[in-house]
Amino acid sequence: MQIQPILAALRHHKAGTMLIALQIALTLAIVCNALFIVHQKLAHLSQPTGIDEANIFVINNQWADSMSGPQIDAQMQADLAALRQLPAVHDATASESYPLSGYDWDDFITMKPGQVQKTTDAAVYFGDTHFLDTLGLKLIAGRNFRADEIAPLAPHHDTVPPVAIVTQKLADKLYPNGSALGKTFYAMNPAPVTIIGIVQRLQRQEVETWSAPYAYESLIFPRRLDGDGTYYIVRAKPGEMAAAMREAEQALIAQNRMRIIDPKDGVLTFAQVRHRAYDSDRGTAILMGIICAVLLVITGAGIVGLTSFWVGQRRKQIGIRRALGATRRDILNYFLTENFLISGAGAVAGIVLAIAINLWMIAYVQMTRMPWFYVLAGVVVLLLLGQGAALAPALRASRVSPVEATRSV
Amino acid sequence: MFAYYLDLAIRSLKRNPALTVLMVVAIGFGVAASMITYSVFRAVSGNPIPDKSARLFTPQIDSWGPQYNDRGEPPQALDYTDAMALMRAHAARRQTLIYPVQLSVLPGGNRSLPIKANGIAAYGAFFPMFEVPFRYGSGWSEAQDEDRAAVVVLGAAFNRKLFGGANSVGREITLGGHDYRVVGVTRHWNPVPRFYALFGGGDIFGKPADFYIPFTRALDLQISTTGNNSCRQRIPATGWEGWLHSDCVWINPWVELDTPAAVARYRNFLEGYSAEQQHAGRFGWAPNVRLRDVTQWLAYMHVVPPESRIALMVSLGFFLICLVNTIGLLLAKFMRRAGEIGVRRALGASRLQIYLQFLVEAATVGLAGGLLGLLLTAAGVSGVGLLFRPEIARLAHIDLSLVGLTLAVAIGATVVAAFYPTWRAAHVQPAWHLRSN
Repeated sequence: MQIQPILAALRHHKAGTMLIALQIALTLAIVCNALFIVHQKLAHLSQPTGIDEANIFVINNQWADSMSGPQIDAQMQADLAALRQLPAVHDATASESYPLSGYDWDDFITMKPGQVQKTTDAAVYFGDTHFLDTLGLKLIAGRNFRADEIAPLAPHHDTVPPVAIVTQKLADKLYPNGSALGKTFYAMNPAPVTIIGIVQRLQRQEVETWSAPYAYESLIFPRRLDGDGTYYIVRAKPGEMAAAMREAEQALIAQNRMRIIDPKDGVLTFAQVRHRAYDSDRGTAILMGIICAVLLVITGAGIVGLTSFWVGQRRKQIGIRRALGATRRDILNYFLTENFLISGAGAVAGIVLAIAINLWMIAYVQMTRMPWFYVLAGVVVLLLLGQGAALAPALRASRVSPVEATRSV
Repeated sequence: MFAYYLDLAIRSLKRNPALTVLMVVAIGFGVAASMITYSVFRAVSGNPIPDKSARLFTPQIDSWGPQYNDRGEPPQALDYTDAMALMRAHAARRQTLIYPVQLSVLPGGNRSLPIKANGIAAYGAFFPMFEVPFRYGSGWSEAQDEDRAAVVVLGAAFNRKLFGGANSVGREITLGGHDYRVVGVTRHWNPVPRFYALFGGGDIFGKPADFYIPFTRALDLQISTTGNNSCRQRIPATGWEGWLHSDCVWINPWVELDTPAAVARYRNFLEGYSAEQQHAGRFGWAPNVRLRDVTQWLAYMHVVPPESRIALMVSLGFFLICLVNTIGLLLAKFMRRAGEIGVRRALGASRLQIYLQFLVEAATVGLAGGLLGLLLTAAGVSGVGLLFRPEIARLAHIDLSLVGLTLAVAIGATVVAAFYPTWRAAHVQPAWHLRSN
């Protein structure tokens, strides 16, 4: 295939050529950035929490009366005992937060008291002896809390407990050689905390950008926080979620009516929690997906339109070539090669543009560097799209009869 | 003449229905994507208090020092000690401290179970500062602030819930187990984003506050903030008082300053206060203060969610591609009619007339694209809940200005896109095309 004559012909269609190349370039730049965003969002929203999500639901329980700390503590213990007795309930615990709850309690963690630069930032959960079993956490070293280690904690008091259970991730951050069990750390308090157990995985309460460097670095303190409210985390027996949710709310109201459980979102299954936590990620992914799909269709259709126009314009010349001995395949190849050259030029410009957009987003909207794979995939997709779109008009061109050469002259 | 061009345009568009449909669809989708994301962006990036945003300032004082502050920036809220010092100094025309609270409302009326209510603890100056409109009564006075009065202002929706919307001024209500006398009921007032309590946690694009109570009263009752509470060094383990006097920041301060001179004076005052604290040994560092107005504060706190910015940019890129597509297709379409143009030119049509004829054709495509875009925008805005968080999606709505903008953008962009193809069409050499046909 001779490229020279194609280039010569393209010189007569500068505007159309430029427009197709420009469209390919812009489409490539947007599609690969959008797909990269989609991939990031999907990766983000499919991160595991480390808990038994299928069987867990959460009750947001606020106290209606102003109760004293001991009153709240007694009521919480009574509530938990009632919840654990329900036939459809496997286990229940109380905490000030849970993974993906959004509401965040985090402590700076240091290796020495009075250390100025934090070693890391850990998400703090409060839990009793039932916390691990209720969430379905896997203890990989050490032991669970003992009943005598659990104590009530009044709001605005900062008595750090002497022991804690930490995640594998946090243990490795504090003691990279794997010897964390039995060692100590400090949580914004001069009293040391000893690591008595390590759980495999427990996600933080929130998954915002700021906490990404500390992902999965969580710790559990053996405390019951006597605040204005609490979350009851309940694990239903497998397959009995609906029954457990019904029973649990009734059991709590039966215990004491002076509580507020929002009728709309007071009781949430973990699936709903997950859905809410990631709704903006999911939305962005859907939007980017739709835009990519429509964009490829429009660009493809645009190429079909312009190529058809060119074919229509050049019927006479095609006829002459055919009359002079060119085969149908020659004509087909001519238009496909022409399209390939234009798309290729567009793709080169598109690569530059795609990287520029990515760099801009890194600077202004907290984006990360796009791997080469996306640009490469984008180039392949657009070249294939271009060839696919040019195929129908090119086939039509190849069917032009040599007789056309004689017709209109 | 215009009617004739319109007639020509419609005839021409009917001749290649596939090409016409493609152009209309491209413009429609492009403009709709841009308008849907713009309606969301407009909602989240708007100025919540346009006529006063340049006169309301939030002071920041570095009480954490270079070791603990955020890369040199002072904390985003004040601790109790500094907040109370600013109130005592009274260095601005008006000033208030703000923190969000949540209190329970006991059963009553037709409610058998208690409900929770979200409120704001603030000084009486809050209402005139933020121009809160009142339906009944008014806010409370400075004297009542000092008396730590048990008074409350109800939000419009909350007053409807508790009193069926009646004038409840003078009535007593119980919040969190304590009695308050209603002194005012606001009209609907919900500036979003909720600029005055950004450090308040919760949803800054959410619903209006249910009630407002005096800051001083809330402190007396030891009502905790439901907002953020950020501490650096050790928190004293002595409960409420210890917490108040810790380095925990949780209070949103606002001052009203009417002139540039007043702003400069207040900035000096903040510097002076910090220098005093350094002198007294409380701060071990040089004064590090900020005084940002509403717009600067919103920008500093990054209140516009990055996803709505990205969505808008990608949609605009999408629209741009649709326009490039349209230029190409119009070029093909117009040039295919070179013969017709040649004949018209030979019969005496001027270049200007050719220009007009083809721009009218382009505008027709733009109008059709705009109408399609309008339908898609309407569908998209109602389905925007799938794409954005519900609180943000709720803010997106179609109004007359969005309808006008959609049509104007569609027609304007298409006509601009048509300039080059039209120019090419107008410069067709009549002789050449007459000969070759």
